Amino acid sequence: MADLTTNFIGIKSPNPFWLASAPPTDKEYNVRRAFEAGWGGVVWKTLGAEGPPVVNVNGPRYGAIWGADRRLLGLNNIELITDRPLQTNLDEIRRVKRDWPDRALVISLMVPCDEESWKDILHRIEDTGADGVELNFGCPHGMSERGMGSAVGQVPEYIEMVARWVKQYSHMPCIVKLTPNITDIRKPAEAAKRGGADAVSLINTINSITSVNLDSFAPEPTIDGKGAHGGYCGPAVKPIALSMVSEIARHAETRGLPISGIGGVTTWRDAAEFMALGAGNVQVCTAAMTYGFKVVQEMISGLSQYMDEKGMTATSDLIGRAVPNVTDWNQLNLNYVTKAQIDQDLCIKCGRCYAACEDTSHQAIAMSDDRTFTVKDEECVACNLCIDVCPVENCITMRPLAKGEVDPRTGKTVGDYANWTTHPNNPMAMKAAE
Amino acid sequence: MTSNQLTPGIVAGRLGAAEYARNFADIAPRLDSHEARVAADRCYFCHDAPCMTACPTTIDIPLFIRQIATGTPEAAARTIFSQNILGGMCARVCPTEQLCEEVCVRKVAEGKPVEIGRLQRFATDSLMGQGVHPFQRAEPTGKSVAVVGAGPAGLSAAHRLAIKGHDVVIYDARPKAGGLNEYGIASYKAPDDFAQAEVDWLLKIGGIAVRNGKSLGNGLSLEGLRKDHDAVVLAFGLAGVNALRAEGEALGNVLDAVDFIATLRQQPDRAKLPVGRDVVVIGGGMTAVDAAVQSKLLGAENVTIVYRRGQERMSASAHEQEHAASVGVRIIHNAAPVKVHGNGSAREVEFAYTEDGPGGLTLKGETFRLKADQVMKAIGQILEGTPDGLEIEGGKIAVTGAGRTSLPDVWAAGDCASGGEDLTVTAVAEGRDAAEDIHASLMG
Repeated sequence: MADLTTNFIGIKSPNPFWLASAPPTDKEYNVRRAFEAGWGGVVWKTLGAEGPPVVNVNGPRYGAIWGADRRLLGLNNIELITDRPLQTNLDEIRRVKRDWPDRALVISLMVPCDEESWKDILHRIEDTGADGVELNFGCPHGMSERGMGSAVGQVPEYIEMVARWVKQYSHMPCIVKLTPNITDIRKPAEAAKRGGADAVSLINTINSITSVNLDSFAPEPTIDGKGAHGGYCGPAVKPIALSMVSEIARHAETRGLPISGIGGVTTWRDAAEFMALGAGNVQVCTAAMTYGFKVVQEMISGLSQYMDEKGMTATSDLIGRAVPNVTDWNQLNLNYVTKAQIDQDLCIKCGRCYAACEDTSHQAIAMSDDRTFTVKDEECVACNLCIDVCPVENCITMRPLAKGEVDPRTGKTVGDYANWTTHPNNPMAMKAAE
Repeated sequence: MTSNQLTPGIVAGRLGAAEYARNFADIAPRLDSHEARVAADRCYFCHDAPCMTACPTTIDIPLFIRQIATGTPEAAARTIFSQNILGGMCARVCPTEQLCEEVCVRKVAEGKPVEIGRLQRFATDSLMGQGVHPFQRAEPTGKSVAVVGAGPAGLSAAHRLAIKGHDVVIYDARPKAGGLNEYGIASYKAPDDFAQAEVDWLLKIGGIAVRNGKSLGNGLSLEGLRKDHDAVVLAFGLAGVNALRAEGEALGNVLDAVDFIATLRQQPDRAKLPVGRDVVVIGGGMTAVDAAVQSKLLGAENVTIVYRRGQERMSASAHEQEHAASVGVRIIHNAAPVKVHGNGSAREVEFAYTEDGPGGLTLKGETFRLKADQVMKAIGQILEGTPDGLEIEGGKIAVTGAGRTSLPDVWAAGDCASGGEDLTVTAVAEGRDAAEDIHASLMG
């Protein structure tokens, strides 16, 4: 059996599945249930400064989009940080950690952007026994309008400054949670690293309006006829999160900075993908909010089976495995030529590949009177759309042409690796020395 | 309850009220909106979809299913009705497993087609339930068309003609319009008087007058209709029933299955419907199954369908056969009736086993008898009461193209016309197409 234990910036947990800072980790009752279900760790829902707690709306705070059979694909929320008294949270954290010493317990923090506030909160959490802190620089709604959350996360200088305070006033490992609501995720990650943060976690939620009520003409969720943008999460955001994680994992300035991957992790496979792209562990929220805490058991068994099948004995065998294969477009091999091919035994003759190719692509699929669909190699640019729209897995596949074969579309012989940087059509092409 | 399933002879009230209610309830209740969305989501929106090609009325099935999936069943209904104004009844009675659903790529791929029939019902019920009629008449053309027969073909033709602005008079022999929809299909397929509700809804288009109790030879003549109208559509179906040609056919309680079904349809109180303890139905089509199943549902103890050829030749679909078996009807293949025994009334039917060889069907020497209080004949209907002057082909009114008969101003559609498969949906298509052809011809 593969060993799923992880040591993330010195914080040990029996598996890489943590619950993200969010409603599921708002209080002792939930967190105890989570640990009983098998979660490796939790990031306690964000604590604010001492004083009157924040208040939440009293109408709907979540919105959703659904796929078939009302399967939840994306969730949006306008909930704020914890609305319970600081001391209550601190007492509960202390008790839970005492009873579950082998699980990771990290506290998420968000206080006003001044040194005193950070110094104070760090002091207050010091003796809870918590394993680390996560700085919430990501929350895109409510708190950001008060100069916190993503309002900090969108200014790399602030990130650096606060991270530095945290490392100055606390011995705890420090994770900076990043907002995706920016243009280049590498900049805040660099800032966190400069400030001395031990790790980054990403992504926080994405600014979003999930839907508009076409009767009341208000965004959902609607509070008394009005709606505000919320933070979007769930399976729908995973591709965005994977890309951002990979950018940090492969960027020269941030390479090696530990990453806690967040964003739509729903199954063991999602988790494995994040880890392969460099995440040392993953944080989960929407899947738990949709299905309950028990989902972690599938994640554990699935990751374990996968690692066994791959001969991986420790999570370190998986972490970062795919990073070397993430590159820039201009490094892609333009002499790699593939052609779609349709397995006639698997084809159910729905014709979706034909409609997609004929109407929106390269007219590279022929349809016969008896609904036999075949690829015209002389037209196929290998765009993959036919495969993407085909309802039958592996019915359409891509066949790479061997070196020396002639591409019937271009008439050119498949040659050695060559990319855009040296392509004759590229005005900036680097010419080989003569 | 004085009678039960074991009571000898032909009696009413063999079951309790609850059993009648359960037996004659909607066999495939309407999907609720979530079920419909889930079912609709299974549709792949195929290119040049096979289901659409298989539909005799060429309903744009992928489009209407997508309209359901996106929460607009009313738009879906419009898509359906634009091709098939009786899409509500067709959703209930079409042998979808032999038509659209048989060729559904998901049937081919995984044995479970998209539930097209039930989705069609969901859509059509949505709009009809709101009492909305989705079409408007064109400006009056001043032309008048007579339609003989208010069954699916006649109603479909009349509706399409009315849309075009023609005035239509439908004549029908029976007291109610609807034809086989009203008199000829099993009750559990269209409960709650759906057939009449559909006729009323269809007639909302306006411009259609219905005259009941009139048929050719009974108050009407083709010559008269041709004189009074600009065109005539003959859509009076098949009024005759094939004879058994077996000894004893004239005995009491040897009846036509279509009459049994019609009686049942017109009597909402099932407890008043007498049925035999032992019922034998002879035939292999939908009518045989409908009669047999309903006999069983009325409380007959033993119901047997006997068909002279093998199972593969039965025109009742596999789905219908399975339904019959599931309610306890026994189906015997390869046996033909040779004699109905009885003293005044039927008591037993004697069958000979048959052999379906290259030279046709032959009777073998071995025979067997089945007890029978009632014997129902369901061996096909035949054309009856055809006026002179029309060419006949294969026992039906000969037509070419869109229902053109040998007379220039007379069209024929539905079961009485040659070609087609004698299905409700085929009749609707033929009626519609004849109407379009008449319109082109009158306005050309």
